[in-house]
Amino acid sequence: MTMAAETVASTNAAANTVTSKNMAMAKAINDSLRRALESDPKVLIMGEDVGKLGGVFRVTDGLQKDFGEERVIDTPLAESGIVGTAIGLALRGYRPVVEIQFDGFVFPAYDQIVTQLAKMHARALGKIKLPIVIRIPYGGGIGAVEHHSESPEALFAHVAGLKIVSPANASDAYWMMQQAIQSNDPVIFFEPKRRYWDKAVVDTEAIPGPLHKAKVVREGSDLTLAAYGPMVKLCLEVANAAAEEGRSLEVLDLRSVSPLDFDTIQASVEKTRRLVVVHEAPVFFGSGAEIAARITERCFYHLEAPVLRVGGYHAPYPPARLEDEYLPGLDRVLDAVDRSLAY
Amino acid sequence: MTVESTAARKPRRSAGSKTGTTRTTDQSAADAPAVDAQATAAKRVTAKRAPAKRAPAKKQAAKPAAKRTGTGADPDLVQLLTPEGRRVENADYDPYVSALTSEDLRGLYRDMVLTRRFDAEATALQRQGELGLWASLLGQEAAQIGSGRATRPDDYVFPTYREHGVAWCRDVDPTNLLGMFRGVNNGGWDPNSNNFHLYTIVIGSQTLHATGYAMGVVKDGADSAVIAYFGDGASSQGDVAESFTFASVYNAPVVFFCQNNQWAISEPTERQTRVPLYQRAQGYGFPGVRVDGNDVLAVLAVTKWALERARHGEGPTLVEAFTYRMGDHTTSDDASRYRHDDERAAWEAKDPIARLRAYLEASNHANEGFFAELEAESEALGRRVREVVRAMPDPDPFAMFEHTYADGHALVDEERAQFAAYQASFADVEGA
Repeated sequence: MTMAAETVASTNAAANTVTSKNMAMAKAINDSLRRALESDPKVLIMGEDVGKLGGVFRVTDGLQKDFGEERVIDTPLAESGIVGTAIGLALRGYRPVVEIQFDGFVFPAYDQIVTQLAKMHARALGKIKLPIVIRIPYGGGIGAVEHHSESPEALFAHVAGLKIVSPANASDAYWMMQQAIQSNDPVIFFEPKRRYWDKAVVDTEAIPGPLHKAKVVREGSDLTLAAYGPMVKLCLEVANAAAEEGRSLEVLDLRSVSPLDFDTIQASVEKTRRLVVVHEAPVFFGSGAEIAARITERCFYHLEAPVLRVGGYHAPYPPARLEDEYLPGLDRVLDAVDRSLAY
Repeated sequence: MTVESTAARKPRRSAGSKTGTTRTTDQSAADAPAVDAQATAAKRVTAKRAPAKRAPAKKQAAKPAAKRTGTGADPDLVQLLTPEGRRVENADYDPYVSALTSEDLRGLYRDMVLTRRFDAEATALQRQGELGLWASLLGQEAAQIGSGRATRPDDYVFPTYREHGVAWCRDVDPTNLLGMFRGVNNGGWDPNSNNFHLYTIVIGSQTLHATGYAMGVVKDGADSAVIAYFGDGASSQGDVAESFTFASVYNAPVVFFCQNNQWAISEPTERQTRVPLYQRAQGYGFPGVRVDGNDVLAVLAVTKWALERARHGEGPTLVEAFTYRMGDHTTSDDASRYRHDDERAAWEAKDPIARLRAYLEASNHANEGFFAELEAESEALGRRVREVVRAMPDPDPFAMFEHTYADGHALVDEERAQFAAYQASFADVEGA
């Protein structure tokens, strides 16, 4: 449980060197993509508006200018085509990093991702590899119109052959992107769009930990909050609020949804004996359900309360004026914490 | 003294003027010829573009509107051998087959005969319970051998699940194709050893892979070409449309090879399209050609032409090989429920193998000895396939966990261990 302390220490130390910069998550991903393009001529960027415009969130800003249209490719507006051609490019030896413009736009590509991309390595008995990263800005909280605020990670986590990660801060975004691009498996990289502008210190010379390992980002003793992507920041705020009431919450940044680091969750729950999982995605059949089931199996005799989940409702993502009610917020998570502690 | 108006005999376009439905009906009736006219115009453009620069002045434009039946009389159908095996001249495509020797011609015949024999053996093996399913290529041998033989070793092929003849041309051992139909793997061969991708079962998906691969070829500065196989049914898939778009805007060196075998399981081509499929290409800005898919020489010539265009940076081509699925869709299908025997009989008269044999015999390219030898080789192939399939072992149960990921995955490791413990629990009981 010293990981949090280590992270802070290394961040502080790194802040004094030239390799550390305080930057927004969007910029961190941009720098990471730039580094990948520089270091591996097989890396390609593909997507709608990723070229001249630099993407609707400017995550690919300036990359086409510096690496050319052959490597930073504006594609036709056809998501299945983007992923399908990326598969072909990967078969030819390239490492495409494709952008799906918004979470709700990924479904035309769902067939290519689930039926082709996820299974091809196994179908070839390992003789071909599909090192493709699919970047998806996801989640709500930005007041967007329909189909721009969804969290479809569970729909992909159900599929063997895919890896699914989601960074919660700029530093992880930078390093996890490096690792995702180096992965020989397809990785769906869910970028919490409401955190794109949050800044953190990024040390570009650090030695990152494993991609699929969870981190304890705040130590505590009364209850564990587990989250990833956009909800980690919220959970830290919840832990602060709870601390004022004399409750010590441990916060886990899961970082990876597939594989999920159950060992880290288990270790935490064996200590705190209570677990609340938080995600923006609907609770029903969400990743919290899988965590609850597995942690109940692993920690049955340690648990003082059932694993509780806080997430979206079983309703279409609501109009923006209602999203604050739909998304987990400070009070809803605290309510779940209270309920867990009341057992 | 009045001039009789012909207009009076036509249905009023504004009849009743209040009945919207009447108008709609009339409107669509009036639109129909317009669609035809458009289609004809499109065809002319396509036909003009198709043979590219080599074409000496085309007579085609002056010809009457083509029939859509795909018979030998169809002027838009490229044909070098009539169904009777008579060689017909074609200034545009003859150059692509003029260098063929007698040996080459016998080779094409041998390829088709052996492919058909292999296919028949696989069907028999399914009937015997050795395979779970088989998708026969019966009737499509010329489309597959002609196009397969047009490829170079460095070209890359993206097949559907029926390209047994193309696999043959790519030197993929035919028994490799049977693993997935027996149920011992889901593909299993190394696509890169013969540049022959895995069979793709979901209709049309592979056309995008082919296009992406072709985009990569261009990035590498190579002059290889890519060929994507699909069928008339797949032509309705969005992925095929998207692959046309991508290939077109990136000028990718890919040949879209559509075997129009007239049937998508039980649905005739009329359920997929209102225009001849090759004309679809025009809307995407690349040429489309319809070739007699039962004429191995014509298919070879047209595919070579299309592959050369790709190599020379001229971009994609759509080739529609007009052919016929002589058998059922698969061994699980029963075509007698939806089509008549007389249709099959009509196509039997255009059989690709009989046609080439007639030509070989009439032109003294082959003698009886050749045919007898091939017969023996055929039987030997059938025997070998039978033996290999019957000896094909079931996979190890743990194989299902293998290769799910290239770099591993904690959950797979965990579940594999659980499965091992579960299996071992039985062994304990048995051992006790």
